[in-house]
Amino acid sequence: MIRTEGLTKNFGFKKALSQVSFKIKEGEYAALLGVNGAGKTTLVRILSTLSRASCGGVWMNGLDVKKNSIKIRKIIGVMSHSSFLYPQLSAEENLIFYADMYRIPDKRHYIAQLLKRVGLWERRYDLVSIFSRGMQQRLSLARAILHQPKILLLDEPFTGLDVHAAGLLTDLINENVKNGITVLLATHDLEYAKNHANRILLLKNGILSQDTAASAISLEQITNKLTN
Amino acid sequence: MKNSNSLLIVLIGLSGCAILAALFFAFLYAPTEISMGDVQRIFYFHVPSAWSAFLAFFIVCIASIIFLINGSAKMDTLAVCAAEIGVLFITIVLLTGPLWAKPVWGTFWTWDARLTTSFVLWLIYIAYLMLRRQIPSEEKAARLSAVFGIIGFLDVPIVYMSIRWWRTLHPQPVFAGGSGSGLDPRMLTTLFVCIGAFTLLFVTLLILRTGITYAEKELALLKSKLYKG
Amino acid sequence: MEILSQIFAIIRKDLLMELRDKQVISSMLVFSLIVVVIFNFVFEPGDSQTKLTIPGVLWVLIIFAGNLGLARSFGREREQGGIQGLILCPIDKSYIYIAKVIVNIFFMMLVEAITLPIFWVLFDMSPDINFPALLLVLFLGTTGFAAVGTIFSAISAHTKSSEVMLPILLFPVSVPVVLAASKSTAKILAGSSLGEISGWIKMLIGFDAVFLIACFLLYEYVFEE
Repeated sequence: MIRTEGLTKNFGFKKALSQVSFKIKEGEYAALLGVNGAGKTTLVRILSTLSRASCGGVWMNGLDVKKNSIKIRKIIGVMSHSSFLYPQLSAEENLIFYADMYRIPDKRHYIAQLLKRVGLWERRYDLVSIFSRGMQQRLSLARAILHQPKILLLDEPFTGLDVHAAGLLTDLINENVKNGITVLLATHDLEYAKNHANRILLLKNGILSQDTAASAISLEQITNKLTN
Repeated sequence: MKNSNSLLIVLIGLSGCAILAALFFAFLYAPTEISMGDVQRIFYFHVPSAWSAFLAFFIVCIASIIFLINGSAKMDTLAVCAAEIGVLFITIVLLTGPLWAKPVWGTFWTWDARLTTSFVLWLIYIAYLMLRRQIPSEEKAARLSAVFGIIGFLDVPIVYMSIRWWRTLHPQPVFAGGSGSGLDPRMLTTLFVCIGAFTLLFVTLLILRTGITYAEKELALLKSKLYKG
Repeated sequence: MEILSQIFAIIRKDLLMELRDKQVISSMLVFSLIVVVIFNFVFEPGDSQTKLTIPGVLWVLIIFAGNLGLARSFGREREQGGIQGLILCPIDKSYIYIAKVIVNIFFMMLVEAITLPIFWVLFDMSPDINFPALLLVLFLGTTGFAAVGTIFSAISAHTKSSEVMLPILLFPVSVPVVLAASKSTAKILAGSSLGEISGWIKMLIGFDAVFLIACFLLYEYVFEE
């Protein structure tokens, strides 16, 4: 579903990513781990068509990112630590805007379902600016899965959430995994990744240092690999 | 490395000789202009500086376009260095112009087409250099300033035309063969020698400056590696 | 068709946001009114000398207010990373540019529509002028300014001090617009017909066309991360 080959991102003498190659199959839940500055965000940006690689290729669902960025944007959902929501608009208006951008048919009915799923139906007319961080991130997830993407790219979505809010978001993400959506989660929370993902990718100084099934590696091993 | 160094030394020597030759032509060879007197000789530095500045800004634009297409950091470096040197030359234009204008036109500055265009150009490329220093990420700085560099250069002819319609007082280009072209052949020779010398000087400066920029970047990288390890 | 409806969705969203917080219009409008009042103190209304400076002041007012509005209109988009959400949508970034230019022109023209009558009354200007010609000049000048302003507000938003950088980038490049627009405004106020200012009108159209096309093509590079 996601395939990269020799992915390199550099600028002049600076290298952000070098020769990153991996494959993620349909329905897999992969966690991308690494310390700050390891290149996680850069990788997610390239996968989500926000940024271009210097060398190497990326294929999402068999589509080359270089040639089909618009088609790819239709099949990926992206969620990051900033919510991509407009605080001046209500929850419903935000989703309606994005639904118009993705040209979703029968949007009102569908948005109503989605808002119920993320538990914000009662608050649909409230402006996003008065939402708590947890509510914003749940709405942000609703925005990311609005167009029923096949791939979900998550870049540190738990930043700034309390335990309760993070739990709600985790349930929602897991629900999507169950529905067969491929998920790539970039995070620095090793324990969370170990507990939820079924695949672990370790990124260190822009190099993919480990690619393994989550069951084949222990938490200590991950910690050791990242700190050494 | 050694090879390119010796090439550079040759280039520096050449442009030094060319500038000396330009001085000789401008001060000794060229005849004194009848109505303006010796002050007219500033023209031999004013026009070549303007030419070099335009050449520099043209390079900024072309390098920026290539950079946006292939993302090569070398093109970005070339663009910044050309902009820096271009600003230097346009500053010389803005300083030598008034020195000549005061005795001849009786005023240091008028809002004439070419003067104003040079001034606006100066502002645009100062803004270009400021923009680069204002963006923390190196790649973003390169990309955004490339966009600005292209738009800024596209603006040059429009600025010129608009101000020309607005008002103009500047002497018509004397060597283009249009009306008022009555330049002594020796003056013309001098002008071309000076333009040649300034172009050579510009190329030398550009190569030197890009070399320094690379060295700076490499040094920064080595330093960051040193502190990591 | 798909693109038109997407452009329309962006425009509707921006107008809805403006309706909620009124930041763009109010900042431009209050600024314009203050300048008109100050101008009243500095120059004697009704004086023939003042009449000559009016077109210049009007355009200085428009570009300074426009600068404020552009900065606000893009700053709002970035608050929650909204611009990233927008460029993740399946639409060419160039069409996002088109939508943004239309919105910015609309905001600026709206402010002009309110400021201009006040200007008229306070300075006791003659009502007997070629009104459609004036509207045309206002529209063309505003379009040119918004064409470059829209891309520059996106560029300056990446800088450490965007509110300083925007005018530094924008004003030198928009010299031709200000020149052409204030000259033709002056001629219109002096009673000239559209034919007499056709040169300036052509220059405005030329500027608008060159920069709308150039910025349309270059906009995608502003938003790569």
